[in-house]
Amino acid sequence: MLAVSLKGLATRKFRASLTAIAIVLGVAMISGTYVLTDTINNGFDTIFTQSYKNADVVVSGKPAFLNTNGNGVEPPSFSESLLPKIRALPGVAVAAGSVQSDQVRLLKKNGKIVSTGGAPPLGFSIDPRYNQFNPTVLTAGTWPLGPGQVAIDNHTASENGYRVGDSIGVEANSPARPFRITGIAKFAGINSTGGATFALFAPETAQKLFGKVGQLDYIRIQSKAGVSKSQLISEIKPLLPSTATVRDVQAQVKEDRKSLGGFIDFLRYALLAFAFVALFVGSFVIANTLSITIAQRTREFATLRTIGASRRQVLWAVVLEALIVGFVASVVGLFLGLGLAKILNKLFVAVGIDLPQGNTVFATRTIVVSLVVGTLITLIASLRPARRATRVPPIAAVREGSVLPVSRWAKYGPVTSLVVLLVAIGLVCFGALASGIATGPRLLAIGLGVLLLFFGVSMNAAKIVRPLAAVLGAPARSIGGAPGILARDNAMRNPARTASTASALMIGLALVTFVAIFGQGLRASFEDAVNKLFIADYAVTSNTAFVPMSAAVGKGLVGKPGIEVVSPIRAGSAKFLGSVHDVSAVDAQVPKVIHLDWKQGSDSIPGRLGTTGFFTSSKFAKSNDLHVGSRVVFQFPSGKTVTVNLLGTYDEPKGGSPFGDAVLSTTLFDANISQPQDQMVLINSPGGVNSANTTTLDNDLQGFADAKLQTRSEFITNSEKPINRLLNLLYVLLALSVIVSLFGIVNTLVLTVFERTRELGMLRAVGMTRRQTRMMIRYESIVTALMGAALGIAVGTFLGALIVHALSSQGLVFSYPVLTIFYFVVAAIFVGVLAAIVPARRAARLNVLEALQYE
Amino acid sequence: MSESIAVPAAGAAEATPTGPVVEAHELTRRYGEGDTAVDALRGVSLEVARGKLTAVMGPSGSGKSTLMHILAALDIPTSGYVVLAGTRLGGLSDTEITKLRRKHIGFVFQFFNLLPMLTAEENVLLPLTIAGKKPDKEWFDGLLKTVGLDDRRDHRPAELSGGQQQRVAIARALVSQPTVVFADEPTGNLDSKTSEEILDLLRQSVDSYGQTTMMVTHDPRAAAIADRILFLADGLIVRDLPRSEPSAVIAAMDELSQD
Repeated sequence: MLAVSLKGLATRKFRASLTAIAIVLGVAMISGTYVLTDTINNGFDTIFTQSYKNADVVVSGKPAFLNTNGNGVEPPSFSESLLPKIRALPGVAVAAGSVQSDQVRLLKKNGKIVSTGGAPPLGFSIDPRYNQFNPTVLTAGTWPLGPGQVAIDNHTASENGYRVGDSIGVEANSPARPFRITGIAKFAGINSTGGATFALFAPETAQKLFGKVGQLDYIRIQSKAGVSKSQLISEIKPLLPSTATVRDVQAQVKEDRKSLGGFIDFLRYALLAFAFVALFVGSFVIANTLSITIAQRTREFATLRTIGASRRQVLWAVVLEALIVGFVASVVGLFLGLGLAKILNKLFVAVGIDLPQGNTVFATRTIVVSLVVGTLITLIASLRPARRATRVPPIAAVREGSVLPVSRWAKYGPVTSLVVLLVAIGLVCFGALASGIATGPRLLAIGLGVLLLFFGVSMNAAKIVRPLAAVLGAPARSIGGAPGILARDNAMRNPARTASTASALMIGLALVTFVAIFGQGLRASFEDAVNKLFIADYAVTSNTAFVPMSAAVGKGLVGKPGIEVVSPIRAGSAKFLGSVHDVSAVDAQVPKVIHLDWKQGSDSIPGRLGTTGFFTSSKFAKSNDLHVGSRVVFQFPSGKTVTVNLLGTYDEPKGGSPFGDAVLSTTLFDANISQPQDQMVLINSPGGVNSANTTTLDNDLQGFADAKLQTRSEFITNSEKPINRLLNLLYVLLALSVIVSLFGIVNTLVLTVFERTRELGMLRAVGMTRRQTRMMIRYESIVTALMGAALGIAVGTFLGALIVHALSSQGLVFSYPVLTIFYFVVAAIFVGVLAAIVPARRAARLNVLEALQYE
Repeated sequence: MSESIAVPAAGAAEATPTGPVVEAHELTRRYGEGDTAVDALRGVSLEVARGKLTAVMGPSGSGKSTLMHILAALDIPTSGYVVLAGTRLGGLSDTEITKLRRKHIGFVFQFFNLLPMLTAEENVLLPLTIAGKKPDKEWFDGLLKTVGLDDRRDHRPAELSGGQQQRVAIARALVSQPTVVFADEPTGNLDSKTSEEILDLLRQSVDSYGQTTMMVTHDPRAAAIADRILFLADGLIVRDLPRSEPSAVIAAMDELSQD
């Protein structure tokens, strides 16, 4: 039987490989995801490990807490007076201090900043006397030794044409200043630092530039021979201030990894989800292709039965074939994943997620998961068709055009498919709308419901194929004439087949439609919130709108021409009420630039915050049982605590506000957070927005290359860029499943052409031209694709409307993205045309005489 | 792939080596229901003798194919029953019928029904492969020589002529030495010269291997190689001739169509 399966596949290479493509793409996505995320992890690991090379233990600033999901926490620096004390310890062989910043922007030759995407622009001090601790190596020039000298990373240098000896603008906490490039350096052992740039300075220069004079961020220590790490740590510990800690290197690397939060894991799971969607679509394609092939091989199976094959042997023959196809496809996909990882990374860079790349990691886990999942999915998809094959009666061997007997469950079919559909809709609605259930079960209900919904729609689709084809095929009829009519009728004549082919495309289109509606909802609610809140003339943000910028920008604007009001919104983190929150800080001017809908209090509150007051949203106050006058203890990253009173509450617009969970005064904020940063700085100009004011303000901002002046509408556009980029990323990732379903249509059409050989010969014999034959196949393909689009857009709209409705309390508004949906329909037609190319050519190439004799 | 099917051996025939191999009792077969019902068989009883070649003749729609399908356990009679190799068909499970086919039945089809991806040799061996048996080398080589395929072993069906394909099919039917071979219009898809060769081969298999064979045909020359010719019309056996010349068969057929 194995030989029968193998040889059968060998004679059906073309069809087998078409089937395999459905799995290849999904598996490539799995393997590509693992390779990419492993390579990124490897990149980070190398950076973190390199950073402490040759050190045994490391002293670093100890923040009181971390905030990896919000504004982040800058670890506090400690006094450099610690260094000589450590050097004096008996167990210490060498100790060296350094400072570091992630706010050191390098300028291009044209004065614009070198974009890092979302990655940090890093700066370190380098002390060539302790080069054993230096994580970087020079590729040209020498280390910076004095003031005004810098070494930059090789990527920035080559991208922007900088060489040793050139002058480069460096901006950190103050307007940009020129530095002389003494050297070009790179991180040892990694291929790319991603978007991150780095600049190296002599120790004192760095301290001054980073605003850390007399302070250190790290001390790297080598122990004397025979002194253990734990011994060394216990020697150092008593010397440390409360804002510093000492760890052995492994623990320090682990701690640094924490700063990434779960980002890479999140990335991995998100990408795997797309791989899963592609494989899910692939399983539809495989099941459909196999059913058609099995129908066409009825006589073969019947013959096997007449010469003594049992049902189980027939089942095995089909399953074995699927297993082989699945396994081979998975192997191909696995290796394709290596290439796909590179493409995915390019895609991420394009949308502004530029992450470090270590050496390519091809882990055993990647191989195992890819092969097992790919093979298993193919196997599962083959079970139903294989069971159908076992029902082929032996008598079909002697009967022409014998059809498969219906399953004994067939009479329950219509009821079952309706029940599945209803249960699916029920589950999705329950998950989306039920109140008072936990997030886990809620997501589970939605996920399961959506999965079931796809099955349900696909099971019921066969029933609406006829009316749908009649409607969608109407244009084909008027444009295509006779071939158009035939194409429409062909699409209707095996509704189950057309339905399941279209269903594969439905899944992809349903998801893109959902994404489009959800994205539109996000944008609409965001715009609504900005329009309500933003009453300033101008806003200044960093180039990447969602990354905060140094508070120096806002401070530098005070008193400059063209400015009536300048009011910053600081962003930071604090721990209160038992957990870490994003906090903001404002000054007394804020009511002039932001419209606050006070629930309790008035516009005078920001001015009265002082060092003892805060305000919050009415929602936050309610959920934490806070009232005006409530006293709350805030802890800052440095560990310092202050007690503040709640002075007032405001109603937050549904689309969100620029504020964190608590709003303090800038005075209190700056006194407790070492490197204050602004989310944005808002400006009113005398006479409002006009070109003269814009020019004046642009001049005021000279030297702050990272600051971007924008009007309200520009601010909306800029802030939506990340949303739009994310949407585009999702579309591209979902395109993979659409491509899989495209191959599904190709498959069906190729098999259909094969099946209708005699009929096509007859049509040609009675005068249909090759061109008309091609047209007929193309129209059938387009009608099928449009059917998939119609089903997909309907399902996607349902899901989108439901989720937007469920999240309406978060400000999401249902707004139908008509133009985007129109593009999807056009894309579906394109898919139809594309899918028809090969089958149409095959049909047109048929030799009339041979086709008529074909048995 | 081998597979053991645990059913009582259906081969009671060995106990009575001289009795008929297949017996049919009052077979009727009705297709459809009500006004559109068609009676393909209306009460057919017959016995197929061991080691003989029995032909069933009749015009299209006479019920001859239906009769053969029922005798070969491919179809189920509306009433009546069949005893094949001592086993009464009807009420057998799929597994039992599979077992029966492996041991007692060989098929030769009008359209050959070879598996296109297998070589001639693999096609011939397939029934044994499926049953998980190994061929007796000497017997197998002899069989291939007899059917004239010795030098075509590694050819695929597409590389063989129609006559050669039917030889493969006959060898496949004979390879497991079944109790009875059913041949369904074995020359229906062949030219007259090739038909003659195939008929010789069938006759030879009866003469040299003692292979009990039942053949359905509407070709008088085919029927003329049979030891016994049954004529079917409108679902009933209307004539029963011993071995006859083609001219006598044609005369019998003419008589039938004049009735």
